[in-house]
Amino acid sequence: MRMLPRCLSGLLCLCLLFGLPLAAQAQDDPGQALLDSLDTDSYADKGEAVETIIASGDARSRRWLEALLGGKLQRHKDTGRFVVVVENRGRHWPVVDALSFEDAGEMSRRELDRIGINNALRGQLQGALAVIDLHAEQVGERREAARALLGDVDASLAEPLRVVIGEEEDAEVRRLLEQALAIHRLEEGDAAAVDVLAGSLNTRVRSALNAASRSEDAELAAAATSALADIEQKMMLNRGLETLYFGLSLGSVLVLAAIGLAITFGVMGVINMAHGELIMLGAYTTWAMQQLLPGQPGLALLLAIPAGFLVAALAGVAIERGVIQFLKGRPLETLLATFGVSLILQQLVRTVISPQNRTVVTPEWMSGSLMLNEGLSLTLNRLYVLGFALVVFAGLMLVMRRTRLGLEVRAVTQDRAMARAMGIRATRVDILTFALGSGVAGLAGVALSQLTNVGPNLGQNYIIDSFMVVVFGGVGNLWGTLVAGLSLGVINQVLEPWAGAVLAKIVVLVFIILFIQKRPRGLFPQKGRAAEG
Amino acid sequence: MWLTRPFSERSTRLFLSVLLAALALVTLLNLAVPAGHPLHVSTYAVTLLGKYLSYALLAVAVDLVWGYLGILSLGHGAFFALGGYAMGMYLMRQIGDRGTYGDPVLPDFMVFLDWDSLPWYWLGFDMPGFAFLMVLLAPGLLALVFGFLAFRSRVTGVYLSIITQAMTFALMLAFFRNEMGFGGNNGLTDFRELLGFDLRSDGTRLGLFLATGIALALGYVLCRAIVASKLGRVSVACRDAEARTRFLGYRVERFQLFVFVVSAMLAGVAGALYVPQVGIINPGEFSPIFSIEVVLWVALGGRATLYGAVIGALLVNYAKTVFTGVMPDAWLFALGGMFVLVTVFLPRGIAGLLSLRPWRRASHTATTQPTTGESTA
Repeated sequence: MRMLPRCLSGLLCLCLLFGLPLAAQAQDDPGQALLDSLDTDSYADKGEAVETIIASGDARSRRWLEALLGGKLQRHKDTGRFVVVVENRGRHWPVVDALSFEDAGEMSRRELDRIGINNALRGQLQGALAVIDLHAEQVGERREAARALLGDVDASLAEPLRVVIGEEEDAEVRRLLEQALAIHRLEEGDAAAVDVLAGSLNTRVRSALNAASRSEDAELAAAATSALADIEQKMMLNRGLETLYFGLSLGSVLVLAAIGLAITFGVMGVINMAHGELIMLGAYTTWAMQQLLPGQPGLALLLAIPAGFLVAALAGVAIERGVIQFLKGRPLETLLATFGVSLILQQLVRTVISPQNRTVVTPEWMSGSLMLNEGLSLTLNRLYVLGFALVVFAGLMLVMRRTRLGLEVRAVTQDRAMARAMGIRATRVDILTFALGSGVAGLAGVALSQLTNVGPNLGQNYIIDSFMVVVFGGVGNLWGTLVAGLSLGVINQVLEPWAGAVLAKIVVLVFIILFIQKRPRGLFPQKGRAAEG
Repeated sequence: MWLTRPFSERSTRLFLSVLLAALALVTLLNLAVPAGHPLHVSTYAVTLLGKYLSYALLAVAVDLVWGYLGILSLGHGAFFALGGYAMGMYLMRQIGDRGTYGDPVLPDFMVFLDWDSLPWYWLGFDMPGFAFLMVLLAPGLLALVFGFLAFRSRVTGVYLSIITQAMTFALMLAFFRNEMGFGGNNGLTDFRELLGFDLRSDGTRLGLFLATGIALALGYVLCRAIVASKLGRVSVACRDAEARTRFLGYRVERFQLFVFVVSAMLAGVAGALYVPQVGIINPGEFSPIFSIEVVLWVALGGRATLYGAVIGALLVNYAKTVFTGVMPDAWLFALGGMFVLVTVFLPRGIAGLLSLRPWRRASHTATTQPTTGESTA
């Protein structure tokens, strides 16, 4: 039944496009007659004309009714041409033709006659518009329209809505419409409507229930109050889940930033203060890849993963060969020297690229969010980063536990002289380990480019946090880094609502400082021979 | 006895005579030489030199803990800034009703934030004696609490460095907050007078410069006295072989705590002298990068010499003034390059170069140079 008028109008459009010469369009367009019928002085007649327009199923009817509702459907006094005003400011208004919706230049407001409406007509129009939207072809659009109706249903709309519900095939749209109707019934004092609304997290639903809980009808008030309590509980759970999600997301960023450090600092015992700048290099690599492949941000991002790893790893090797190897066994000096390197790298980016932040585009498949229910949606980019962090972590674990390199790294860390005596080339292991840790920092940069601004200070913002995570988790322990990063992220997010972002950070820092006092070797201290090193 | 011992060392006598001669010379060139003369030292330059000297005092404080105790503090900027804030609070109270809003008690930023009374921690800062005491006590107490916790649980080496950095970072974040009541982002500024002297007058500026110079001299002597005493010898022992010192029966953490607190107080004094000369104190002084820069001054000048710290502070800051004036972009390259070059090629700094002179007796320096032994491993 709904399809028929649409088919007809589609046919009509085809005819208009192909069969008829343009000049004849205005006369032969059935729309002209529909609009003509609106131009009467009697509001009752106008109401009927609106009904006719809706029944015609003309594809343009939505825009006509919208323009009519906004007072923007007007008629030229001399030519009788119908136009829609685009912007009614000043004396000359830009307008479009009401039939073709093509630009019709500007018209003086004195030449135009507005097609007026009254309150009854306004209500009818609003309802009609909503019903038109509810007939949209896309399920998504229908859901949007149904959601918009929540709380906006009045007596005039109730009847048409019941009809729509009967015809609707999509369960979600039906549910939303029933809720919209139920809000209306609730307003009229129908206690049974509470059952329909129970458990919904929509704000409109909650405000309707709130209003009902204060009603004089004791039964209704009680029902509404208990429904509200249910909803409140659900909301609490949602908020908890959301905090957890944000916490895990922040934690995954911390883990990504710190895990490379856990290799270089934790396993090798080298303090690399330029670690943050290696992260920054990874982020800039992403930006550069997107510049190289304009129009394909997704592909560029995927390519940036190996590229970022390589760039950061090479930079790491340069740092190791150029500076760190001369400072073996002097960790404090290493700290200072690599800090110098970090200053140089920062300034290099500032001079060569720009001191301003660069924008890295988020590809389409990463933007948007995953809606779990009405009160809880997870942003996709954070979800991807969380997954990425776990993958990187698993990869690193695999390298350290299951490969020859991992074995050699552990051997060299535990007893360098003995490892060399067994034929392991310690210098080569040093280089490879450092390259691995630095490369992971680059990966962190690629991921971070999707969450924060890419600028010269990017690395600086993460270096202290990264060290905190490694120290908190226990130096030399990758699992510790994972647990520490995720839990610090969650703690931070839990504290944030009542302490504010800055204070939460301070509290976490103080907490770690105190924690180190109690357990100087972190959450998961190394045991045995490695601990003595 | 322990106060005269530092003077028996040649380097102390040399350092003090050079410092005092320089102070006298600058005063003379500022006052006696007419303004147009090429040898005239302008008041601007005097203030700049005064700023360098306060930095030098901070560097001496860092050298005391890093050079003689083996603790690389990346958070001494926090003590410096706390001293500075204590002084700044006193100077704020001195403004009185001459601020933009004309409130007799509340500083401008509090009026701006709609506060109706002073927070409790601002009380008493209108009295100079109390304020100057706080210059010592605020950094001292922080160092006491922080050091007590850290040294008791034997946090040393790199860990200690990183948590000192976290400490100053946390303080920076805290002081950036308006709610803290220290002026937030803008910090404390717009000072008028100190002990009744107008801060903008040339005489006061010269006086502040001289006061800073004398404070540096006194601080130097104090540090030298500590280093030359038995306490200093134990500190050096802690630096080179902490475990061995502990096994010999010394309570290592007490020595560490004492020296750390003294050093923090010195840093606080340096901050207090710095603030009236530059006319502002803001949370930027807490930034980790400043603290680590101070360490570079010491490293460049030469660790565990004290006078090396002074040389390093003066040189680096002079270079900074020149560089940021001529080509600001190059400064961070130069600073970063210095970090790398000094640590790789000049581990004993400029003072190390000086002591390479073949005619110099090796006996004194050999025992005071830090080794890369147990403490740093």
